[in-house]
Amino acid sequence: MDIPKNLFYTKEHEWALIEGNKARVGITDHAQSRLGDITYVELPAEGKEVKQFEMMASVESVKAASEVYAPLSGKLVSVNSALQASPETVNSSPYKDGWMAIIEIKDESEKAALMDCEKYRKYLESAAE
Amino acid sequence: MQDANNLKNTPLLGEHINLKARMAPFAGWNMPIQYEGIIAEHNHTRAGASLFDICHMGEFYVEGGARETGLDAIFSFSIDEIPLKKCRYGAMLNEKGGIMDDLIVYRIAKNEWMIVVNSATIDKDAAHIRRHLKKGADFKDRSAELAKIDLQGPLSRDVLTELVAPAAGKLGYYTFDFFDVLGENIIISRTGYTGELGYELYISAGKAVALWRLLLGDKRVRPAGLGARDTLRLEMGYSLYGQDVNEDTSPLEAGLERFIDLNGDFIGRDALVGQKKKGVKRKLVAFKSDSRKAPRHHYSIMKDDKEIGSVTSGSFAPSLGCGIGMGYVAAPYAREGEGILIKSGRNEIGAVITQRPFYKNGSARVK
Repeated sequence: MDIPKNLFYTKEHEWALIEGNKARVGITDHAQSRLGDITYVELPAEGKEVKQFEMMASVESVKAASEVYAPLSGKLVSVNSALQASPETVNSSPYKDGWMAIIEIKDESEKAALMDCEKYRKYLESAAE
Repeated sequence: MQDANNLKNTPLLGEHINLKARMAPFAGWNMPIQYEGIIAEHNHTRAGASLFDICHMGEFYVEGGARETGLDAIFSFSIDEIPLKKCRYGAMLNEKGGIMDDLIVYRIAKNEWMIVVNSATIDKDAAHIRRHLKKGADFKDRSAELAKIDLQGPLSRDVLTELVAPAAGKLGYYTFDFFDVLGENIIISRTGYTGELGYELYISAGKAVALWRLLLGDKRVRPAGLGARDTLRLEMGYSLYGQDVNEDTSPLEAGLERFIDLNGDFIGRDALVGQKKKGVKRKLVAFKSDSRKAPRHHYSIMKDDKEIGSVTSGSFAPSLGCGIGMGYVAAPYAREGEGILIKSGRNEIGAVITQRPFYKNGSARVK
């Protein structure tokens, strides 16, 4: 399972790449693998305010529908609308082309509630037992 | 064989593990859901040939005269009218006309039948049949000793005739025969659950691995799991027992009237005649989403803000590129072209009631 070192993670298997006051976010390799073939991604409108750990987007696979939660609070300054036509990008490239939104970070201290890659790896291992 | 979770395993478990299948419980069995991915397996079945482990399903053998033993009265159609070496799809009903199981009956000889039933209902079906059989009938549940492997897809005939049974190429749709395979005389039928040209092979459990490996050794053949089996059958509008049909649904509600002989004499017939006279209150319909969003089991079906039914099966349809589903709606709404709204919480999906099958280019009936 691919868990890049430079990202932060949530218990619901979202990732955040924090660069300055912005965070690019998406779902993890583990999440896309568990979902299987992703067939639909519903993205919020640009400009929307989201709150940490509240629903931000939804994804559907052949087998199931599931919600995507915001790793951090803030305004969505950009969403990856290319996923509407090719949702399978989330499977093939969860950390790069499969990103879902860019959040303008409202409160830096929320970062403390996220896991780094080591913690997320251990979290996945403990969940597998 | 049972594991710690009390799940039963098929003789092919080791093969699935070697193929890195994702395993999950299905009707009490530990089954492969997918190998490389549901959509890839689905598409390969529509274009090539796929191999499915269907060992969980049940096989009964019955010997005795159809009418004298009471066997004929157990099914929704006359098994005595099935020509030799032909299969027929139908149902076994309770007294209320509810579907106890949907199944396929194979006529092996004048007084010999094989009945292929769903895995979750094996014990219930066996008890029901035994209870209604009269003296002189010989009933055997051979589910545990028989493996069932399905080869499905437009290339399945080429593969089957080249690798397994050259003479099986002559089988017509819904017919079967016995063929010498791996030192055994086995039933191969031209039947399936995918809408494609395909075969179901019944071999002793001890030979299952050898047959599986023989077929997978051909580069045209790939394994497919229950995930693809479900999207393939749903695109054809085939019902899944326990989900689209059960003991509380009647064949008239489920759109299975053509598999019922109301002129016959069988358990549940009187109830069906009564239902037909009064008209059924709800009907199983098929619908297509206006997007890639998929209806799912238990979502509500709405019309003008009123709940008119609920979804029993739903998925993204890989061959159609949109969501599809089936569900029961109040009878007045069961009309082709009727616009409906599928709803679950905040999730709303526009859909239109449509004809079955959804997928119309299947190769199942090719000459």
